Amino acid sequence: MKEEQNHEKAKRFGMVIDLDKCTGCGACMVACMSENNVPFKEDESKKLDSITWLRVYKLTNGKPFPDAEICYLPRPCQHCGGKGDHGHSPCVSVCPATATDYSNDTGIVSQIYTRCFGCRYCMAACPYHARYFNWWDPVWPDGMEKYLSPNVSVRMRGIVEKCSFCFHRYQIAMEKAHYEGRGELEENEYQTACTQACPANAITFGDLNNPGHAVHELKKDKNAFRLLERLQTNTKVYYISSREWVRRAGDNYLEKEKK
Amino acid sequence: MDSALIPKGVKRCPTWQFALWIGAAGAVLLWGVFAMLLCWFKGLNQTNMNDSYGFALWIWADLAVIALGGGAFFTGFLRYIVGKDELKNIINYAVLIGFICYSSALLILAIDIGQPLRGWFIFWHANVHSMLTEVAFCLTCYFGVLTIEYVPLILENRQIDKVPFFHRLGHNMHEIMAVFAATGAFLSFFHQGSLGGVSGVLFGRPFGYREGIFIWPWTFFLFTWSAAACGPCFTILITKITEKITGKKLVKQNVIELLAKISGWMIGTYIIAKIIDTWYWAKVTAPEAGFNLMDFYSNNPFYGIWILVLEIVICGVVPAIILISEKGRKNPAALMTALILAVIGPCVNRWVMVLQVMAMPVLTFDNWVMYYPSWQEVATTILPVAYGVILISLSYRYLPIFPQEQELNPEA
Repeated sequence: MKEEQNHEKAKRFGMVIDLDKCTGCGACMVACMSENNVPFKEDESKKLDSITWLRVYKLTNGKPFPDAEICYLPRPCQHCGGKGDHGHSPCVSVCPATATDYSNDTGIVSQIYTRCFGCRYCMAACPYHARYFNWWDPVWPDGMEKYLSPNVSVRMRGIVEKCSFCFHRYQIAMEKAHYEGRGELEENEYQTACTQACPANAITFGDLNNPGHAVHELKKDKNAFRLLERLQTNTKVYYISSREWVRRAGDNYLEKEKK
Repeated sequence: MDSALIPKGVKRCPTWQFALWIGAAGAVLLWGVFAMLLCWFKGLNQTNMNDSYGFALWIWADLAVIALGGGAFFTGFLRYIVGKDELKNIINYAVLIGFICYSSALLILAIDIGQPLRGWFIFWHANVHSMLTEVAFCLTCYFGVLTIEYVPLILENRQIDKVPFFHRLGHNMHEIMAVFAATGAFLSFFHQGSLGGVSGVLFGRPFGYREGIFIWPWTFFLFTWSAAACGPCFTILITKITEKITGKKLVKQNVIELLAKISGWMIGTYIIAKIIDTWYWAKVTAPEAGFNLMDFYSNNPFYGIWILVLEIVICGVVPAIILISEKGRKNPAALMTALILAVIGPCVNRWVMVLQVMAMPVLTFDNWVMYYPSWQEVATTILPVAYGVILISLSYRYLPIFPQEQELNPEA
């Protein structure tokens, strides 16, 4: 059935994030939370149970002044394709109830909220900490529920959620294209909220397989890298940095490999 | 008051003393039930788990009790399939302990999931690639087998046995018990193994990940092996504790020694396999992911190399040596030491394969995260212990669990 629906060449939606441009402003995080109805707690000081689909990490080179350097690294779900890009991403293969799935049409790892029963095995499997558990039922400040996005369902207590690459935007764009008799989307028709919110244009989003999309070329940049490539998670989020220490921070190396 | 229910020819404590004992265990049980209800009605925010610790104390407890409950399937395998007839004198108790362990594991799992009412999704929407799916199916089936093995024991109660239907049912179930023992051994191989596979397949988590054969990582086989090796030690340990509390010898020494000897050889061979696995992991698997062995055991306040030494040498090599040697088995102090160490061994192994996997950072800019359980987690983990004490006490009082008790305690 899946094959029959796949009229065009399979897409691999992904991101290229230029870390030299990222200022760590956090606009991407705010846009993500707003777009996807991500719940928050009254007291957000305990970060280990906060939900941040897209989290900006602060990296340092560990050197003292005046050589100290900082880099901000936004980390959405990496939408891993797994070994050989067969869709066996770390989380998808372990979910006992098929509540998370890998789309061979888009390369996006989905989360089915109404099917997840909260065993959290996927969280244990993800080395990027991209998956979050709803420890509480969402509580919105008075009146805020009127501002929730109608395109994204709110999630209940006891289930796992994560970045979906704003998949609802893809669905809306595809509906529009279908209505207009098109099978393909223009690059700008499907963009994630974080990409559009970034004031420094550090995030570029598109189909990694499509030569017409900017990400297709950007991912080939000589300074491009992915997080934890050695684990063969085969992620769809690429990072670019001209600084070697930042690129090295993307993976683990043995002592002899550090020289 | 309840003398009509007590098996003939054995002595039991007065009813008031028994009621007091059950009352004390019941109080602890109620404390656990209260914590369980809090978790069910208020959610898992009652725990100290967080997004770094999706798996914590409960999953460890699950894996540990299932490993220790492995005495049931392995003793059954030895008694009915291999034909070690002497073990008929301890098999009842092994089944009872296994029943308690497995029912506890299922209860803990029911508390551990975020949406307990959706628990059945694991069967309905089963993902055949997931080790947890295999665990759920085999564990549930094996619990059914253990129930079938425990029922004939209940039917042997003096009053129930008087009913002709129950008498014949019990007799007929005994006749076909070998079939269930074989089924139990088969199912146990898979669920003990798939519990090992739970962390072994996590290729995003280098501390837990292992290579293997086909879809099964080496931890699949190591978990089954260690459960078969150490489970009987837990059975013997609980037997010894029961003997201490009741002040009676309940199982003959030759039976204990036979099981201890088999266990010793199993632990010995297991620990050799475990050492080879650890060596290969340290030299090949982890370096391929960019980690040295000591990266797993440094820069944190708790997980030092001591935990590996404790698991493999102190709780693996030492009990194996004691139990393999006849001198060790015959010396009560040495035997008891070996039993305690052999029980701690798989518990430490399950701890690191759950908790240390979560604690260790994989991203270079992440940190180790430590965890301590909330009182609700502790109470719900102690709950099965209290439940076990109550079920053992009731079974010991009213059922002929130990066939040799009368012979060993003629004064009764």
